[in-house]
Amino acid sequence: MTLSIQEVQHVALLARLNLGEEEKEKYAEQLGSILQYADKLNELDTEGVEPLDHILPIFNVFREDKVIPGPDREEILANAPLVEEGQYRVPKII
Amino acid sequence: MSKDFETVIGLEVHVELKTRSKIFCSCTNEFGAKPNTNVCPICSGFPGMLPVLNEQVVDYAIKAGLALNCEIAEYCKFDRKNYFYPDLPKAYQISQYDLPICKQGYLDIEANGENKRIGITRAHLEEDAGKLVHQGTISSSTFSLVDLNRSGVPLLEIVSEPDLRSSQEARAYMEKLRSLLLFAGVSDCKMEEGSLRCDANVSVRPYGQEEMGTRAEIKNLNSFKAVEKAIDYEVRRQIEALEDGEEIIQETRTWEEERQITRSMRSKEEAHDYRYFPEPDLPPLRISREWVERILQSLPEMPEKARERLMEEYGLSEYDANLLTLTPDYLAFFDECSLYYKDGKIISNWMMGELTKLLNQKNMDIAECRIKPAALAEMLKLIDEGRISGKMAKDVFETMFETGAGPEKIIKEKGMEQISDEGTLGMIIQEVIDKNPGVVDDYRNGKKKATGFLVGQVMQATKGQANPALVNKILAEKLTS
Repeated sequence: MTLSIQEVQHVALLARLNLGEEEKEKYAEQLGSILQYADKLNELDTEGVEPLDHILPIFNVFREDKVIPGPDREEILANAPLVEEGQYRVPKII
Repeated sequence: MSKDFETVIGLEVHVELKTRSKIFCSCTNEFGAKPNTNVCPICSGFPGMLPVLNEQVVDYAIKAGLALNCEIAEYCKFDRKNYFYPDLPKAYQISQYDLPICKQGYLDIEANGENKRIGITRAHLEEDAGKLVHQGTISSSTFSLVDLNRSGVPLLEIVSEPDLRSSQEARAYMEKLRSLLLFAGVSDCKMEEGSLRCDANVSVRPYGQEEMGTRAEIKNLNSFKAVEKAIDYEVRRQIEALEDGEEIIQETRTWEEERQITRSMRSKEEAHDYRYFPEPDLPPLRISREWVERILQSLPEMPEKARERLMEEYGLSEYDANLLTLTPDYLAFFDECSLYYKDGKIISNWMMGELTKLLNQKNMDIAECRIKPAALAEMLKLIDEGRISGKMAKDVFETMFETGAGPEKIIKEKGMEQISDEGTLGMIIQEVIDKNPGVVDDYRNGKKKATGFLVGQVMQATKGQANPALVNKILAEKLTS
């Protein structure tokens, strides 16, 4: 099974990836084979099996509503490529 | 506006829940701090960090759901909504997709003098995103600054059915929703601080047509007035377009306050593929009926009930009772004052009149008011006892409002006390009579209106402090004797 080029383009756009023509073809094939592999699951009879929302059989894991201050701003921003006035500086989007 | 088209509106309201800490981390949920000072690796989206749900958020969501007559889910979960935006550090928002915590509720509004029930489709929990800051105007700035203080603030998104038919109904819905949420105590609902935000889905269709028209989603509605005006503008725009034979495009538009128009934000169609999937980092919720019952018991008296109580117990008009139950703070003020003073109508008149006037002038909330309910009651008693006149009371009230001092103290300090001593008044009145023999003769010759002049003279002599009822009485006695 091969993914269509349009589908690859759509997924690439959503992931903000800029793919060349060759790459698109390569990924169409590779993604297709991954999906085909996952498709095997459809062969299972899941009649009467509840859908699973979480991998572990646990529920209601909570935190108390208590404030614990985070690290200093300098520490939080230390890895940002560009900082200005205590904020992340990023390209304008709108 | 054209009479051939019907307006259809549905509202999506985001309300910030007033927990102490954020929804998935322990950073403070406090408004107005310096940029990026209320952040940690979790709400900044550092790799490998794991969210843990704040239990209070669930309590508040259940509470809000009950206040809005919703069904509370026995089972619900969180999902990831995936999109790229600089204010969303993880590149996904933790939200709820197919299993929201609350669904199928309603609230009642008054429209054109009639009650109308507006359906609530669902209310789900999610985390807020950060804030983009621009220097100068958005169009002239070349970059954006990101402040993540708001990232991870707990939100409840409340989605109405498309049951609203006019901008007035939309506003009434917003006001009612705000009132219910304030009474439930889950949010401070300050539109100007963004703790209550509204998006409006607006479409029009020819009357009688079953099918919905194509809708536009309007964002950036930061006040009740903006909700009303933006919808009015948008409805006009859509009707004009349709009458000109144009087609309405489904799109997101933003309300421009300065220009009083809605403007297309023209986002790419494909960007609306959010690829929701269950959040693997958060286990699902099972909400027992005991839990819901416990929250139900903790709900205070809601505005509708309080309104009926005020009308029944104090004989207030529906109009006054409505205003007094708009916010829990107003109601609490009234209720406390009525512990010390019996006549609810008089309390209501002062609250709706002088108090509201002064609060509006100063742009203050009743919670910040320096006059305490007991002090208002004390002042009202002074009027009843004849120690100050209604007119003097307004001055006293203003001073109370400014200084927070009690009425007794103010009238003593200002020497404002009304003269209600018959002996003192009798002497002053006798002087006035002696000085104005002509007027007294007029009166005795049948010109009853002449008393007005004499009362005025007494008031002048006492700088307005004479008890008017007593002056009239003594004057009448003296003139007829």
